[in-house]
Amino acid sequence: MTTMLRAASVSKAFGGVQALQDCTITVEEGTIAGLIGPNGSGKTTLFNIMTGYERVDGGDVYLGDRNITNLQPQRVFALGIGRTFQLTRIFPRLTVMENMLVAAQHTGHGRTRNPLARAGGRADRQRATDLLEFAGIARHADALADTLSYGQRKLLELSYVLVADPAIVLLDEPAGGVNPSLIHHIADRIRELNAAGKTFLIVEHNMEFVMGLCGHVTVLDYGTVVATGPPEIIRSDPRVLDAYLGIAEEDDDAPGQ
Amino acid sequence: MTASPATESPAIRRGGVIWRGGGTLVFLAILAVFPLVLQNPTVTTIAVDTLIFAAAAVAWNIFSGYSGYISLGQAVFFGAGAYTVGIAARAWHLNGDAVFALLPLAAAVAAGLAVPLGLISLRVRRHTFVVITIAFFFIAQLTATNLSVTGGSSGILAPSPNWDSATFNNPFYYTALALLVLAIAASWLIRGSRFGLQLRAIRDDEDRAAGLGVRAMPVKLAAFVISAIVIGMAGGLWFYFIGQAIPQFAFDPLFDLSIVVMAFFGGLGTIAGPVLGALVIEPVQQWLTLQYTNEYLSEILLGVLFLAVILGLPRGVIPTGAEKISWLRTRLRSRREAAVQPDAGSPAPPGSPPREPREAREAREAREAQGAREARP
Repeated sequence: MTTMLRAASVSKAFGGVQALQDCTITVEEGTIAGLIGPNGSGKTTLFNIMTGYERVDGGDVYLGDRNITNLQPQRVFALGIGRTFQLTRIFPRLTVMENMLVAAQHTGHGRTRNPLARAGGRADRQRATDLLEFAGIARHADALADTLSYGQRKLLELSYVLVADPAIVLLDEPAGGVNPSLIHHIADRIRELNAAGKTFLIVEHNMEFVMGLCGHVTVLDYGTVVATGPPEIIRSDPRVLDAYLGIAEEDDDAPGQ
Repeated sequence: MTASPATESPAIRRGGVIWRGGGTLVFLAILAVFPLVLQNPTVTTIAVDTLIFAAAAVAWNIFSGYSGYISLGQAVFFGAGAYTVGIAARAWHLNGDAVFALLPLAAAVAAGLAVPLGLISLRVRRHTFVVITIAFFFIAQLTATNLSVTGGSSGILAPSPNWDSATFNNPFYYTALALLVLAIAASWLIRGSRFGLQLRAIRDDEDRAAGLGVRAMPVKLAAFVISAIVIGMAGGLWFYFIGQAIPQFAFDPLFDLSIVVMAFFGGLGTIAGPVLGALVIEPVQQWLTLQYTNEYLSEILLGVLFLAVILGLPRGVIPTGAEKISWLRTRLRSRREAAVQPDAGSPAPPGSPPREPREAREAREAREAQGAREARP
């Protein structure tokens, strides 16, 4: 297997708070990797660094062999990393289809780049429609994105990230605040996409979701990697239980766990 | 069940295109014959002024309406255009129709100013951006007052063409109309284009747009420059029409306020909104000024109107009107269906997402907006 995405010894401080300390994480091509850790452990900061939204204090980020440390978000996206946000970020005053087309413009399959061309050629629209159908929100294509429910927004965000066909997709809490049947729907979509060859890195608090989906899990605590490995090993690692799962299980006495 | 929105929307859209295209043609035909029918110089003077402001409001909207970056400094380009035409006409001893040929030069000077001003101001957002554009405005006004080439505080006089007094306003009128058509065409072309989509994506969430490959700075700067080009030409034309430029009128804070109110009144980010706003507001303002010679009255009314629009019609006449019409249509249709199938009740329109109560939705939006702000790097 080849490495798709690697953060090597990344460090980042916000004032006196050391958000990430010598943090290394690797995502292999074609896998679904998970990134877990308690609140404030640095998961989103690591996402922000890998996608160009934050600059590193030290360390490097590689996409394949290419060093992408501190590149601008639009460059990172153009190189093939798509991401979603913990608090879903869509364009509320654009229609659902227009939301899809924002990202579709940058795929650049050798097409002319006339900025005054009508937004969304036939191929882009077809691809956007296919993805909306895949996500199950195609009938809202002409509605303003503002009118979508929270779960539909999550699906829209996942869909428009996929429009440009990124090599790897970073999902920040795809199951957060979503009802259980929709969680299954989202997990199934991710599995199907992965079966078709797409690589994922997922931050998620829902243990069932992560352990059921990911082939490889990395645990962060206080900005450092505590453990990394397959879910069954992670589940029983005492350091992880101490740092994370122990607390999580106390908080989470949901039935069936 | 009625036809799904996916199958009926193209028909509606086609109908909309016919209506809109036809309406635009009728509107332009009326504007084209207007000075031939109404030849009273007072009326045509107000008409020229209105067209110039309409073009400026449309141009302001191309940048501020689409991108969400509210500029209160576009008067810089208006004044720059005015002084460019004045200085060039004086230097080259131009008069009559030849002065109109200086408008592209006014556009070039405005564009040349817009590039550095945009590169500085577009690095910041929201209120900070607004404050910087106001600062540009004062810098421009002070510069015009203190340079000798601009004639200092006494300003610069325009050449006075010796045209027949009965049709004196006509060349100005048709040049202003051409400028307005140009501005509307640019606005229409941009709104439907990928460039326009990128601008509107930046308006909604600039960081998210960057994460989807939008190169925000060049996109914003291009819109800023296009807006400046049209406003620069409007300023040059206005100067020739009024006959002189002095710093406090060429760089007039009321110019900025007026075009902003026009765009907000008609509908921010729409194509027709700023035109409608200008056609309603500018004649009233001019008429009040002529009637009562007390300029403050129209200024007070402008302020009152601004407040009324922001409080009562925050999205403007056109979007609110369009929403009311489509709401009425949906209601009529569902009533007709209810009459056909008495037991069907009044179903929600197909494809419409489930409605949450207004309070719940507002609370959620406030929460999400708060969260989004906090999450922003």
